Amino acid sequence: MKTVSAEHLVKSYNKGEVKALDDLSLDVAEGTVLSVLGPNGAGKTTTVRILATLLKPDSGNAHVAGIDVIKHPDKVRELIGLSGQYAAVDETLTGWDNLVMFGRLYHLGKQQSINRANDLLERFSLTDSARRPIKTYSGGMRRRLDLAASLIVQPKVLFLDEPTTGLDPRGRMEMWGVIEELVTGGVTVLLTTQYLEEADQLADEIAVIDHGTVIARGTSDVLKKQVGGERLEITAENQDLAKVQEIIAGISASATHIDGRTVSAPVSTGSSALIQALRALDEASIHPLDIALKRPSLDDVFLSLTGHVAEESLPEPVKKKKRGGK
Amino acid sequence: MKHLLSDSLVITKRQVLQLARIPELLIFSTIQPVMFVLLFRFVFGGSISTGQPGGYVQLLMPGIFVQTVAFTLAATASGLAQDMEKGLIDRFRSLPISRGAVVIGRTFGDALLNILVLAVMAAAGFAVGWRPTSGFMRVALGFLFLFAFGYALSWIGIYVGLVVRDARVVQNVGFLVTFPMTFLSNAFAPTTGMPRALQYVAEWNPVSSMVAACRQLFGLKNEFGATASSWPSQHPLETSLLYMILLMAIFIPLSVRKYANTSS
Repeated sequence: MKTVSAEHLVKSYNKGEVKALDDLSLDVAEGTVLSVLGPNGAGKTTTVRILATLLKPDSGNAHVAGIDVIKHPDKVRELIGLSGQYAAVDETLTGWDNLVMFGRLYHLGKQQSINRANDLLERFSLTDSARRPIKTYSGGMRRRLDLAASLIVQPKVLFLDEPTTGLDPRGRMEMWGVIEELVTGGVTVLLTTQYLEEADQLADEIAVIDHGTVIARGTSDVLKKQVGGERLEITAENQDLAKVQEIIAGISASATHIDGRTVSAPVSTGSSALIQALRALDEASIHPLDIALKRPSLDDVFLSLTGHVAEESLPEPVKKKKRGGK
Repeated sequence: MKHLLSDSLVITKRQVLQLARIPELLIFSTIQPVMFVLLFRFVFGGSISTGQPGGYVQLLMPGIFVQTVAFTLAATASGLAQDMEKGLIDRFRSLPISRGAVVIGRTFGDALLNILVLAVMAAAGFAVGWRPTSGFMRVALGFLFLFAFGYALSWIGIYVGLVVRDARVVQNVGFLVTFPMTFLSNAFAPTTGMPRALQYVAEWNPVSSMVAACRQLFGLKNEFGATASSWPSQHPLETSLLYMILLMAIFIPLSVRKYANTSS
């Protein structure tokens, strides 16, 4: 029994012109974290909005804790917490005001709302700023308060829509700590993110989505394997880059990728690819600054599943729509 | 459903807290009507001869009262639009609260604000010579009419806010609607001096009915519409009531439904 499930969700905006979700299906097992990973405009937020009862799909089904999201949104709302990019708090009020207000809206008694607000402020290290308007908060503090607001009543399922987008590294680390702690508490989490590192760090399972549908699914390890083993990476001086790229292209069956002075490509032959590369470099009298055989990162997974490099160099069976934002 | 009232009041309390946290909001929502009272009283008051004992200000005050409650429509709309832009409405909609509580709560909050603004204006009017002569009960009834009219209009504001969504656009749309609506009436000048077609519009304008109703309730002869023979000019109290009921009957269900189905 899955705690969250979405089956064949379809959603279009602007009278069918923009297809946000195109037969998207996913599920989250109880007490686990699923990270929905994708670029801007892939359909992450639309998915969350449907599961959190804010939006009705054009077709398809969605269930949270076995309850039909479309037929019984009120019951689902009692079980979920929503936090992130778009769900917000009242910035003119203080953190304390907000949490007490949300407590009252969850139908806690007055004293109970106050106690809960104080507990949550304490837990998220916001006690000192409790009486200040939210607009004076830093980005990280604001997100923590936003998250606290979604935990007033211990939710069964927590939806976190890009919980760290726009935060500085320190804010992001703090937020990760908070989320990890929650997960230890046993709550089921569906988290969307554009950050591969974040998915890798927090999620039990990752669903990569693009153009409104899941294009890959599995644990971080499974996805990395799916990309096909290792990557050969060579860093060289600028004048040698063209030649290095040529050499790598001769070894790898896949497309090469250039990032600054580093050229890389997936390889399937392991260390012999490395030897082959070194020989070729030697013949061409190129002294690389660095050469390595790397296990694939989630970035590579992402790139090979959705990225331009993979798309442009391989013949495409279906002409895809232009992706917004990226 | 059983939490509808208590949920609404939580939302109302939020607005009261906002006013407490940003006192400037309160100051600016009262300064503008007071400014109107002073400008009209002293700019036009001297040159418009009304034949009314007590002068122009007696006719002016009901007009400005109605204009002020009509203007709050724009504030209601832009406040709601702002909440939608910021995502606060999404959060509310993800909570297990009664349908309608968020918009009903806001209309309550705006009604409270209207009470305060009307009180400040009455004081300002009194200071510049406004003296209703009809006795406490009828004056109180006049204010009750103003309050109810403001409440009915706030539901238009809710609907506009939900439909337009963009706070700045809403603010502009609000003024584009409320300015002609309040000036194309008997609020500041007699409708009988307008071209025939405009006169017709002005006499059927709910603002005119409200202004005429207040003038009656405050003990004035309805000078600025007295020679008009249309039904609303002859029966301002009944017409005003009908308009209020009609507005609420249309915009409350429309707004609650729109809120429930709103998504971005």
